[in-house]
Amino acid sequence: MKPASFAYFAPHIVEEALALLAEHGGDAKPLAGGQSLVPTMNFRLAQPAALVDLNGIDELFYIREDKNGLRFGAMTRQRTVERSPLAQRHTPLLYEAMPHIAHAQIRNRGTIGGSLAHADPAAELPALAIALDARMRVRSATGSRWIAARDFYVGLFATDMRPDELLVEVAFPDLPPRTGWAFDEVARQHGNYALCGAAATVTLADDGAVERMRLIFLSVGEGPVEAAQAQTLLTGEQPTPMAIRAAAETAAAQDIDPVGDIHAGPAFRRHLAQVLAARVLTRAARKG
Amino acid sequence: MSTRYFGQPIKRNEDPRLLTGRALFTDDVQLAGMLHVAFARSDLAHARIRTIDVASAKERPGVVAIYIAKDLGDFWQPGPLLVPPPPVEQLEFHQRTQVPLTKDKVRHAGEAVAMIVAESRYVAEDALDDIFVEYEPLDAVVDLEAALKDDAPLVHDDLERNISARVAQTKGDWTQAASEADLVISRRFHYDRGTAAALENRGIVASWDAKTQHLTVWDTTQAPIAIRNGLAAMLGLSERQVRVIAPFIGGGFGPKIMMFYPEEVLLAWATLQLGRPVKWIEDREENFYATTQERVQVHDAAIALRRDGTILGVKDIFLHDSGAYAPYGLTVPINSQCTLLGPYIVPNYYSEFTSVFTNKPIVTPYRGAGRQHGVFVMERLLDIAARELAIDRVEIRRRNFIRPEQFPYNNEIIYQDFAPLVYDSGNYEPALERALELIGYERFIREEQPQREAEGERVGIAVVNYIEGTGIGPYEGARVTVEASGKVSVVTGIGTQGQGHYTSFAQVAAEQLGVPVSDVHIVTGDTDLFYWGAGTFASRGAVVAGNAVHAAAANVRAKILKLAGEKLEVAEEDLELIEGRAQVKGAPETAIPFGQLAAEANPLRGAVKPGTEPGLESTEYFGPERGATASGVHAMILTVDPETFLVEIEKYVVVHDCGKVINPLILEGQIQGGVAQGIGNAFYEQLHFNENGALLNASLMDYLLPTAMDVPDILSDHIETPSPLNPLGVKGAGEAGAIPVGALFAQALDNAFRDIGLETREIPLSPNRLFELVMEAKKAV
Repeated sequence: MKPASFAYFAPHIVEEALALLAEHGGDAKPLAGGQSLVPTMNFRLAQPAALVDLNGIDELFYIREDKNGLRFGAMTRQRTVERSPLAQRHTPLLYEAMPHIAHAQIRNRGTIGGSLAHADPAAELPALAIALDARMRVRSATGSRWIAARDFYVGLFATDMRPDELLVEVAFPDLPPRTGWAFDEVARQHGNYALCGAAATVTLADDGAVERMRLIFLSVGEGPVEAAQAQTLLTGEQPTPMAIRAAAETAAAQDIDPVGDIHAGPAFRRHLAQVLAARVLTRAARKG
Repeated sequence: MSTRYFGQPIKRNEDPRLLTGRALFTDDVQLAGMLHVAFARSDLAHARIRTIDVASAKERPGVVAIYIAKDLGDFWQPGPLLVPPPPVEQLEFHQRTQVPLTKDKVRHAGEAVAMIVAESRYVAEDALDDIFVEYEPLDAVVDLEAALKDDAPLVHDDLERNISARVAQTKGDWTQAASEADLVISRRFHYDRGTAAALENRGIVASWDAKTQHLTVWDTTQAPIAIRNGLAAMLGLSERQVRVIAPFIGGGFGPKIMMFYPEEVLLAWATLQLGRPVKWIEDREENFYATTQERVQVHDAAIALRRDGTILGVKDIFLHDSGAYAPYGLTVPINSQCTLLGPYIVPNYYSEFTSVFTNKPIVTPYRGAGRQHGVFVMERLLDIAARELAIDRVEIRRRNFIRPEQFPYNNEIIYQDFAPLVYDSGNYEPALERALELIGYERFIREEQPQREAEGERVGIAVVNYIEGTGIGPYEGARVTVEASGKVSVVTGIGTQGQGHYTSFAQVAAEQLGVPVSDVHIVTGDTDLFYWGAGTFASRGAVVAGNAVHAAAANVRAKILKLAGEKLEVAEEDLELIEGRAQVKGAPETAIPFGQLAAEANPLRGAVKPGTEPGLESTEYFGPERGATASGVHAMILTVDPETFLVEIEKYVVVHDCGKVINPLILEGQIQGGVAQGIGNAFYEQLHFNENGALLNASLMDYLLPTAMDVPDILSDHIETPSPLNPLGVKGAGEAGAIPVGALFAQALDNAFRDIGLETREIPLSPNRLFELVMEAKKAV
């Protein structure tokens, strides 16, 4: 379990990193917290010719308020988000979900951008980003663009980014008024990969009916999975236990098509999806 | 005998070194000019090797040598059979043992086909990519029943079937018992594979010094002496030319008693070829294939009872997965066969097993070593019987206990040590009653459980019994010396893997010699310092080596008393040994320090009486007539989340009887660790092999070990029934914590889901599997 040899670069500014990525193309990998990449390299499942270490680029570490919400530099450590009063105030769903991500030791190194860009279907952050309508800013040596979170994920461990692009920033807008939120997941052990997870936001109208709702699952597909039919079903309805139960059943039966692995078969994953959907929708509706 | 040291909860002598990183482990050994080894291992579980091309790998800069099977010449030999089959009448046995490097075909995934020696482990692993093996894939033998079908592919082509062994043992007459019974219950039980997952993987450093013609091997083995003897014989060296050191080892658990691992013989051979030291440290991925594993068995078992719950007989026919080779003989299935009888009177018993070759990694003992299965089958049968007969599950056990006056109790079959299965001693009912009291059985059943269930909780309670044959022979030895400093050294041949030998053996010696425990220096696992011995396994270190230390220390005590008596001109019985001094009882002014006595016992000039042995030293050996039988009771309260099927252990009780306790703190550690491993085996750990024999979860990301979050505080207590078979009265305790946990989980789950009639007949479980079982049970209701 020793990695294959690789060239190592430690740039200090983003432009330098982008130039290296442009130069090496797909042969280079940006190194953020390294919590997924380094084990993958030790197993020799990944053998990048070059690593571009982002840990020395100070300008990528920040949490800033803007008029719409919060902006996180891509290298912001997950532990920093977990302890940030700004995150607690502006993005309480993100803040609440952070302790579910692996173990504290991993969150000390793991970064928000690293996890978002790695696109692991069992990861919490991609599902949260979609639930919260986050937008990603990616840069290359030749330009910069914004990608909505729901367009960012295009398959298993795959994003819309080109090899020469780098995720530099993610923007989380504030939740609309009368919006509740909740996150929950089931893992065999705390800190382990979730067998299933769910993030929800529910915005209520003046009459208490659901005006808008987001329900996103993790660990039941090739990436974060939006429960589109459940969302349609519950929108416009009063969030009664019966309505939530119906939405959860729809989500589990129709919105996901989970595959089994050694930890959970498809039937158990569907069962958990239903349990978790009901839990997060109930909690989110109560807060809205 | 006073009890100043023996039996005291003394903190471990070795811990400061271990906890501050100052203890030597194999990977700490760094030698000038040392080379590093990696192995090319088969991805396929069953395949014929057509060609192996290592030409381009040899070209890679930094690669020093690459060896395949044919390069070994006459050194290529299948490994020895470590444990011959026991003297049982009805026995079929086919010896097939592992080979250093695979020659013709691979028989399990991860089997080594080539050895790469390079300037660094990095380069050695790079060279793996340059080795091209052309395989002809063969159908794999994975499932035990499929393995025995007429058209099954063969793991060993020269055998007619995939049968490693078949053994039947009989006590009384099962058929008669079944015909007289009011109730006969028959069930099928499954146990699946796990791995010991020691914190430290295996590792070997071998160094041949051409000038002194001497080979030194550091090895993470539980049996350094046997490794020394074997290596010397294989390499054509004198045993005096080979020194094997088993330094501190991060966990043994049985797989490190296996010998010879291919890597052990290859590293020793390679350093002789190359004249440079070589090192191989197993990585975690290799550990999942190259280190032995345990636990697949399928039992078809039946119990015959009278209406009042009295056991009339048990019949058990089971399949045992030996993996691709069976170097350890029949120890594991024999243990299953013998441990099944438990603390109960079973007048009639028929047990027959077939050990099956499969295309999976080799099976050898791992903590519990087959005992888990026996306990699981018997305890499950009793649980089902209790339900069918409407007898409380505790009461049915109580009614069948062997009574204290029945010891020694002969079960009339042969145990793993080839001796008849005779329990030396035991007193089961007090342990059971104490466990019930500590877990609060009656109150829980009557008040707490109904109340919590009314609130929608799923909560179950379980109580199971087990016995453990421990402390088997053949023998161990120890040398105890009072040094010129007045401090004491104790040397024994067994190795240490975390058991606390540096403290428990020191306590045994200190008890005899009246020195502080911290003044007793222990050496284990260095063949140059102690020549004879068998190894650390089968919960035998404290029993066998401990009693050897005791005997040697008692001799040294006698020598001290004799010499001091002569010096002080008093009778020996008027002397006492206190704090490293010999003195007339109650007269500290007469005290002579041991150092002075040691110097006088080893004069540098002058004459001694003919026949005098120098020094205050003695070497003794201890070999018990047969093993000592430990026993115990585990009890647990378990909650299950009815929606997610995650479990939480609310309360865990162990009441244990391992005879006299040397050090309660160390015992506590052994039990806690054993229970943790048992919890892993019961609900988290499972090796998943697919139909091709590929292992799907060969990493700690997917093979779940219990963490501190999953292991509860354990409430423990002890009953002391001393063994009559050794002077210290001790019994082994190393495996006890791990053995009954599967049976305990199953009973607790069944209890929590008794409204739907859940009957758990397999281990390990998981939330997913529990979900499936509950769904099936609900359908059946």
